[in-house]
Amino acid sequence: MEKNKTAQNRRSFLKSSVLAGGGLLISFKLLSEFTFKGSSGTLDLPEQWNELTGYIKITADNIIKIYNPNPEFGQNVMTSLPMMVAEELGVDWQKVVVEMGPHDNVKLGPQFTGGSNSVRMYWKPLREAGAAARQMLIDSAAQGWGVPANEISTKAGVLYHEKSGKSGTYGSFASAAAALPIPKVVKLKDAKDFNVVRHSQKNVAGKNIVTGKPLFGMDYTQEGMLIAMIEHPRAFGMKLKSFDATETLKMPGITDVFSMKMYEEGYEQAGFDTRTFNDLLVVVGKTTWEVMNARKKLKVIWEPISETKETVAGFRGKNVVTIPAGLESTSTQLAQMAEYAKKPAQQLRKDGDSETAFKNAAQIIERTYTAPFLAHNCMEPMNFFAHVTDEKALLVGPHQAPGWIEPTISKILNLPADKIEIRIARMGGGFGLRAYGHFVTEAALISKKIKAPVKLVYSREDDMTYGIYRPMYTVTYRAALDTNKNLIAFHIKGGGIPEHAVHPNRFPAGAIDNYLAEGWAIPSNITIGAFRAPGSNFNGATEQAFLDELAEAMGKDPIDFRLELLQRAKEKPVGKNNEYDVDRYAGVLHLVKEKSGWNNPENKQYSRGVAAYFCHNSYAAHVIDMLKKDGQPYVERVISAIDCGIVVNPDAATNMVQGAVVDGIGNAMYGGLTHKDGVTEQNNFNRYRIIRMREAPRKIDVHFVENNIDPTGLGEPPFPPVFAAVANALYKSMGKRFYTQPFSKEL
Amino acid sequence: MAIFTLNVNGKKQQVNVDPATPMLWVLREHLNLVGTKYGCGVAQCGACTIHLGDSAIRSCQLPVSAVGDKAVTTIEGLSENGDHPVQKAWIEHDVAQCGYCQTGQIMTAVALLKANPNATDTQIEAAMSGNICRCGTYVRIKEAVRAAASHQ
Ligand code: FES
Ligand code: FES
Repeated sequence: MEKNKTAQNRRSFLKSSVLAGGGLLISFKLLSEFTFKGSSGTLDLPEQWNELTGYIKITADNIIKIYNPNPEFGQNVMTSLPMMVAEELGVDWQKVVVEMGPHDNVKLGPQFTGGSNSVRMYWKPLREAGAAARQMLIDSAAQGWGVPANEISTKAGVLYHEKSGKSGTYGSFASAAAALPIPKVVKLKDAKDFNVVRHSQKNVAGKNIVTGKPLFGMDYTQEGMLIAMIEHPRAFGMKLKSFDATETLKMPGITDVFSMKMYEEGYEQAGFDTRTFNDLLVVVGKTTWEVMNARKKLKVIWEPISETKETVAGFRGKNVVTIPAGLESTSTQLAQMAEYAKKPAQQLRKDGDSETAFKNAAQIIERTYTAPFLAHNCMEPMNFFAHVTDEKALLVGPHQAPGWIEPTISKILNLPADKIEIRIARMGGGFGLRAYGHFVTEAALISKKIKAPVKLVYSREDDMTYGIYRPMYTVTYRAALDTNKNLIAFHIKGGGIPEHAVHPNRFPAGAIDNYLAEGWAIPSNITIGAFRAPGSNFNGATEQAFLDELAEAMGKDPIDFRLELLQRAKEKPVGKNNEYDVDRYAGVLHLVKEKSGWNNPENKQYSRGVAAYFCHNSYAAHVIDMLKKDGQPYVERVISAIDCGIVVNPDAATNMVQGAVVDGIGNAMYGGLTHKDGVTEQNNFNRYRIIRMREAPRKIDVHFVENNIDPTGLGEPPFPPVFAAVANALYKSMGKRFYTQPFSKEL
Repeated sequence: MAIFTLNVNGKKQQVNVDPATPMLWVLREHLNLVGTKYGCGVAQCGACTIHLGDSAIRSCQLPVSAVGDKAVTTIEGLSENGDHPVQKAWIEHDVAQCGYCQTGQIMTAVALLKANPNATDTQIEAAMSGNICRCGTYVRIKEAVRAAASHQ
């Protein structure tokens, strides 16, 4: 096996060493820490099931069920994670039953969908779980048959002892195996022997999806369930002053209207405890339509907020965040950003002496880029079911990280964690938004207050105007060239509302002697959150457009120019902490060059834009080919090259990259929220333009670099460079550069 | 409130609702047919697409009072076992990502192919562009529609 260069080794729960003669030796830590339900190692489970590890159940009649531990939001972990278990367990994939696992961070691990981490963080534990279960089955057959364990082989869920001619299904040894200790050490398969992983397997939820089964949070219902909706201020910077619900309460189906606080004064927020609006004006009724209708009859008076301070204990320690008062507008925000851009900023990285280099430059190229707030616009608006009583709480719904929200729920409901059951529904999209907790907390508080099971539903308008957006960004790049058109200095200065997107240690840092990265931010009461490839989605979008322009000024081919810089970073890297692996970065550029026929004269008909990026541990490059129709450019086809290590489920991975390409084109061309006096001007899809089929590429060819590196993640890395490839192709098509997203406004 | 007798998926069903209630919510919350999805409520996304007779309709814009005795088909009524040629093509091309939009996409595609079994790419694009897929599965949707067309 190749050495894995990702950060995973540092974080692994497990100790591993290479066996002489090949293979991997794993000493179990994660699994041995698993608590089985019974006390003394015997199992206290429904009779017909024998639980071998937290991930696998095998029945006596040999039905094999594998639990998907991680929340599913379209990245297809329902299929790819169980595939990893099945691979090592040695079962027939077609016969495996897959089910969503319960929320249980002890048995099922971190259960967090985000950061392109699902496959990466479960890659070892899940294979170990499969291998351990297989070993336990072998050991139990060895005992039963009175033969040495190392003479037993397995195939498709059956154990064989060749010498004696004995065989038996996994099911027939499942109960005996479950009583055995978990092996301390298991050997994992070599990548070349994979026969489930690396082979395209269809989405296990495919049939349920196309037949409309109740998979999503929105579909959840139970006896006596009420529907709640929250009326929030139309404008950021406003809060509830008073309301009159007389007319609302007269409407059919309405059971309750009340206001309540989300967090009490002085509440210390966890990192994902979002609250754009702390006063909840809640309408409760029997059906969604009735509640939607009755809300229109509310008479509400809003008042301006004053500056507030919130204590947030996030990943980076405790922070006091100042939320300014005021009603913000896009026009003033843009002016403010232009002004801030001129001020001194925080230095993020400095190599060499860029000041002198710029002074001595023969030519300076300076460009400024901006991008608006973006709404996640998950196809399924936010929602969550809650049934809270004095003794316990049941929460059901779509969430990317139930383990993050549980402590908050425990705190606000004053219930111990073991009295809180969270069931994870399939998510109708997440894109980062569903890692946040506001809608879960709100649902729980509402249920507690009305003492009834309730489903909180956001309308599309609620969803789009609530906040937690991708920040508004700007960045200025400067490059210094000497008289021979050599790149001698590079300066990136980025800012944003309320944070910047500069990743100072990304390419081209490391390839240029004099390099300076700076960042600044403007506080705001418009709330923001993670959005597919946070920061990178602007950093990659702009850096790669600037490099295109730079290559042109230097008279170089844009791919060759990047490769030259990478070569430099490899031979004589500048500075420390360069985040990317030069060879993998160059690898996707070489692959996209080859697969797109970059220098092939046949492709002259296209306006071609190229871009590449590294983020979230993986590498992506795209060539976007545009043509024109009625004078308007459109994307005819896209060729993508990806290095995400071992590709677990190739066809599903291709789907995800195609989706990221479409998402990138859509947001680059049309995405954006604007504000006027605090009011979000787009509140539904008639004002927020989402890419549609006619604007999507005719064809997206996805190619993966083949290697044996442990999987490094895929949901986010292909996304950022799409924006730049679009900008670069638009330039070729229209003869002018595009600096301001969304680009369609300037066409 | 008023009582309506609807013909949904070949079955007569009675509901007692406000006449203005959109079919989307009648289906989801009164008849427990949740395959029809809420995405926007303003006829922009197509997640709520059903058939009224043979035409694809945005059920969020269709008041229950306007349905009469016309046949309503939802995704649940498209086939017994999920084996309508369009559903099969969807599975074959592994179209879905999150899956939330897909029932609406399928209902639009089925109506298109019924009206025009030999739909060209341009016609497919025109018919399908009323349905948003936030996950960006358009390339596969188109392939699946093409494949279903050739199988019909
Ligand atoms: S919900 Fe009807 S079109 Fe969007
Ligand atoms: S598959 Fe997620 S919105 Fe279409």
